[in-house]
Amino acid sequence: MRDIAVVASMQRQEKSIDNESEVEYMVPLMHGVKESIGITQADVGFTCSGSSDFIAGQAFSFVMTVDGANPVPPISESHVEMDGAWALYEAWVKMQMGEIDIALIYGYSKSSGGSLRDVLATQMDPYYVAPLWPDAFAIEALAARQLIESGKTSMEHLAELASRARDHAASNPNAVRTKAKSVADIMAEAPLMDPLRPSDIPASADGGCALILAAGDRARELCERPAWIRGIDHRTDAHTLGVRDLTTSMSARIAGEQAGVSDDKVDFAELYAPFTTSELVLTEALGLGDDTIINPSGGALSAHTMMASGLIRIAEAAQRITNGDGDRAVATAGSGPNLQQNLVCVLEGE
Amino acid sequence: MVESTSDGVLRAPLTLEYPFTRTTGPVVGGFLTGLREGMVLGAKRADGTVLCPPLEYDPISSDPLTELVEVGQSGTVTTWTWNGEPRAQQPFDQPFAWAMITLDGADTPMLHGVFVDGPEAMSTGMRVSLQWKEEREGHIADIAGFVPEEAS
Repeated sequence: MRDIAVVASMQRQEKSIDNESEVEYMVPLMHGVKESIGITQADVGFTCSGSSDFIAGQAFSFVMTVDGANPVPPISESHVEMDGAWALYEAWVKMQMGEIDIALIYGYSKSSGGSLRDVLATQMDPYYVAPLWPDAFAIEALAARQLIESGKTSMEHLAELASRARDHAASNPNAVRTKAKSVADIMAEAPLMDPLRPSDIPASADGGCALILAAGDRARELCERPAWIRGIDHRTDAHTLGVRDLTTSMSARIAGEQAGVSDDKVDFAELYAPFTTSELVLTEALGLGDDTIINPSGGALSAHTMMASGLIRIAEAAQRITNGDGDRAVATAGSGPNLQQNLVCVLEGE
Repeated sequence: MVESTSDGVLRAPLTLEYPFTRTTGPVVGGFLTGLREGMVLGAKRADGTVLCPPLEYDPISSDPLTELVEVGQSGTVTTWTWNGEPRAQQPFDQPFAWAMITLDGADTPMLHGVFVDGPEAMSTGMRVSLQWKEEREGHIADIAGFVPEEAS
């Protein structure tokens, strides 16, 4: 395998970005991340993005964002209708062929114009489930009750996860839910979607993330301490909720094994966990222990930008490696109801 | 469709739609037709268990599933949540519980609504019975919802 690393990233997340289009707010990120390491689009061998026409409400909306990347003369480019983390995976695979050394990845969405929790009902089974319009919080609440009633967690433990996420988010300028709240105060919250309370559900955000991958010595030239991708894998569970055990994640467990999560200690993990319950499931599926700091950024619970939250997890983990805050990290990305699909990435410093 | 207007600007309507239809096939279509006729069908898997609602392929083994069998119209709640105010598009006109319900004779649960007075009337393991709509068209909402078994 060719050594490939994250060498730079830039993100923006806000509760709602009202006066700029997706293209307008992504252009400064796409160009800023290149400028931060002194490269231009001419140095980029492959550009790959993740976004959703469905959320944008416009067919081929990503093409306008590609225009913002400065694609003249013509560039080699691709797009996934998925979180930007899968665009990163596509670029990583392409870089393995050895033809290119630098890739630009970005993911974004602006979901504040609609009701994301309702829009997400459209990702369910189109005949049996979607016509009933169960919103995304209800679907997760079904898993949450099973987690609690099976004894895998308690309302108090979930409140501890929510409280800790707020504490971590306080030092993250891109987090949108940063106000400290004690476990007792979260325990006193009325359920929003029984048993989930407001602090158990994601703080939805508009925004995006741009990131640069570089190979081998080119990475070392561009970054003092690149965050090397030592393992990356993605798996999916069945779409049908009724055939899954919602208290575990087979896809995350297998992806974690394939990526080599347990080969060495994990200093910190950035998990795609929009709900407190998703953090619990992922922590167990990946076998992360008490010596791993979970979501030092506050995680997707504190700022959840659909189509970018997974890529942002990789960016956050990589930035901490580059800063020297740790040597080995795990980042995950997710998609679908109840963490149906999971991507796991292991990052290391030299 | 293009209109000429007095200011010389051409105008045309833009209607966002998927202008095509598709058939649901023998398995999904079989289930939906069953609903219209007032029965619930599941698919028999290679291990003898019954997947309800049925899928064309086994989500675990990928085996094609072709044998449809009728299952019961009462079942057991395996998990639930409370939906206080029905949301705009939901086909329910009163507060209800979302529940995963394993119908008698089936081995996998399906999602639908349960009508009770409040969340205190819901519990995992409770028995519920299916309520049909009077006019049915071969749609998952032909099932109006479920009610506690003793009340049916």
